[in-house]
Amino acid sequence: MKSGSVLLERAAPLLYWAMLIIALAILLRGHNEPGGGFIGGLVAVAASALLAIILDPAAALRRQPLAPLRLAMAGVGLTLLSGLPAVFLGLPYLTHLWSGGWSTVLLFDLGVFCAVWGTLTGYLYPLLEADPR
Amino acid sequence: MMLMLILSLSVLVAASVLLILSRDTLRLVVGLAMLGGAANLMVFLAGRPGSVLPPIIAAGAETLPAAANPLPQALVLTAIVIGFALLCFALVLIANLARQDARQDSDALRANEPVATDPIKPPVMEP
Amino acid sequence: MLLLLPILIPLAAALLAALLPARGQQMIGVAAALAQVLAAGTLLAVLPEGGRVSLMLGNWPQPYGIELVADTLSAALVLVSALLGLAVMLYSFGRDDQESATRNATTTPLMLGLLASVAAVFLAADLFNLYVWFELMLIATLGLLVGHGSARGNEAAFKYLALNLLGTLLVLVAVALIYAASGQLNFAALQVAGQWPDVAAGLRPYLGLLLLALLLKAGALPLFAWLPASYPVLPPAVLALVGGLLTKVAAYVLLRLSGQVFAVHELWLEALGWLALLTMLVGVLGAAYHWDVRRILALHIVSQVGYLLLGIALASPAAAAGTAYFAVHNILVKANLFLIAGLMFASAGHYDLRHIGGLYAARPLLAVLFLISAFSLVGVPPSTGFWGKFMLLREAFEQERYVWGGGALAVGLLTLYSMSKIWLEGFWKAHPEPAASAGAIPLPAYAAVLLLTGLILVMALYPEPFIHLAQVATAGFWHQGSGT
Repeated sequence: MKSGSVLLERAAPLLYWAMLIIALAILLRGHNEPGGGFIGGLVAVAASALLAIILDPAAALRRQPLAPLRLAMAGVGLTLLSGLPAVFLGLPYLTHLWSGGWSTVLLFDLGVFCAVWGTLTGYLYPLLEADPR
Repeated sequence: MMLMLILSLSVLVAASVLLILSRDTLRLVVGLAMLGGAANLMVFLAGRPGSVLPPIIAAGAETLPAAANPLPQALVLTAIVIGFALLCFALVLIANLARQDARQDSDALRANEPVATDPIKPPVMEP
Repeated sequence: MLLLLPILIPLAAALLAALLPARGQQMIGVAAALAQVLAAGTLLAVLPEGGRVSLMLGNWPQPYGIELVADTLSAALVLVSALLGLAVMLYSFGRDDQESATRNATTTPLMLGLLASVAAVFLAADLFNLYVWFELMLIATLGLLVGHGSARGNEAAFKYLALNLLGTLLVLVAVALIYAASGQLNFAALQVAGQWPDVAAGLRPYLGLLLLALLLKAGALPLFAWLPASYPVLPPAVLALVGGLLTKVAAYVLLRLSGQVFAVHELWLEALGWLALLTMLVGVLGAAYHWDVRRILALHIVSQVGYLLLGIALASPAAAAGTAYFAVHNILVKANLFLIAGLMFASAGHYDLRHIGGLYAARPLLAVLFLISAFSLVGVPPSTGFWGKFMLLREAFEQERYVWGGGALAVGLLTLYSMSKIWLEGFWKAHPEPAASAGAIPLPAYAAVLLLTGLILVMALYPEPFIHLAQVATAGFWHQGSGT
């Protein structure tokens, strides 16, 4: 579905990458300040939605690291894995470990990010493709 | 502040009940989403809102001044995420339903429960 | 960690299965279900008699953390649901040709997700966690209902969504109000808080809302319309899982909350008892009207939930033990009947009793398996249904609830009517279109039905350890103050 505006079509890929960088920044910022995986994921969804609406869903799909379902599954898998290191140290599952600037929370957040991005684009693309316009 | 929260909660619940009672599928889903919003507000109200101070104990301090209750916020966030996912699902579902039957009338959904023509025996449902 | 395995195994397997083709999915499904059975069995085995194990997720302290608790009741129910999971995974093993119209790539992952969330509901020890897992059960069931996105699947999912989402939202509102009134969400903390008379009085109206929402989820009388409207579109294996477990999960939560956590007002218990009686009657009468095997069985779910509610309404340790035994019996028997209905469809070509017949001559083994489960559902001695109903009815008559007990007996007779209808029309009479009867039954499907039938027979012929387990599991129930 083309929007018909040359400016929008040219700018969309650039905007997409800009929004993805912002999404990642929000994800990392969530470590100590407002932000985090869920909100970052939503921004990433907005970026994909922009491409999907201005160009078409296939174009947005090409620029995603994984297809929506796989992305969501990978995300949930990451969140499940992020709880495991604690178990090997004899702590309860999901106890998060910190070392310097790195932590298992980051892994968890990254998982949430991917899960949100995958799930919502998975809902979005079929709806856009089925649009009668 | 409290009054505003309570008023918006009442309006949300009233509007959502009105929409849920509708036979139109889209209205019903929007009504359920609004009821979800009302439920989230209710969770928020349950935590006795008032303070906007983040519940973080400053370095060196022993106690926390009157800070916001973080638990309801965590609960609301969880509930929002779940509600959001269900809303997306419901919207796709009613879009598919509308493609099958443009009336979008929940009373017209009778493929699973066909109207009986025989006064004694139920209609046969194909597998 | 052992406590988490019954949840984590199916969840991880669901993720893995979503990435594999159909054959791999089925293998993962069986392997994960087997692993879940082993984990749940070990959990039950290591529990000290009448004791409990708990785990604070993320090592957060008590009032903030999410706690998982396994006591005998929850561990036993996790084991039963895992065994059912194993049976349905076996049943769907190698059956993609026959059910390709109703199965797709998401079926096995969603079934595993459902198993994980059911186990999590059994192990949850706080109200909010309970709500979250109820929502996940709802999402997984909706995905299973939609299936390939056929018109009927969408319609069923819509009807299921409309009422069940309302139910979970009511749960959420009730949880919020209970938190506002008591400041607690954890079961143990709520139990302590409820001992203060003013807190208990403040909790009462909100508790009513919570019970109402759970009654909707359990399929009790005025709010069960979603159940017969949606269940019959599911393919047999999924139907056995969903129909066998979901309403019973809600009934378990009702039992746990009213029997152990909150002090429920006597008047409400009285109302619940009458509601249970009406639920039993309406369910069984609705089943008597129908000719479609799936609908008959779906309405019998409603009727059987009535027995569970009756056990809760009787409000005594003996009744609670009866409810627990009856729930286990009902999960196994009902699921087995759904699987047998699937096999009847596979060999006779239709679900409607007016279009099938001659199954006794064609498949004598299937006929015997059906009879065992049907007699268990009716409660013919010495079957599992008999022991369950015996425990409940003895308690009802001891409490001089003659109408409730008598009603339950009458419902048993009406159940016999439905089961003999299936027997006479489906198995005994000749097939109306003899050429149409065909279809081989693959071995794994028989193995699944045999597994469940074996469990039912063991529970029926050697009931003592199971009844003892149910009594241990519910030993502390109805002691939290006598219905203030």
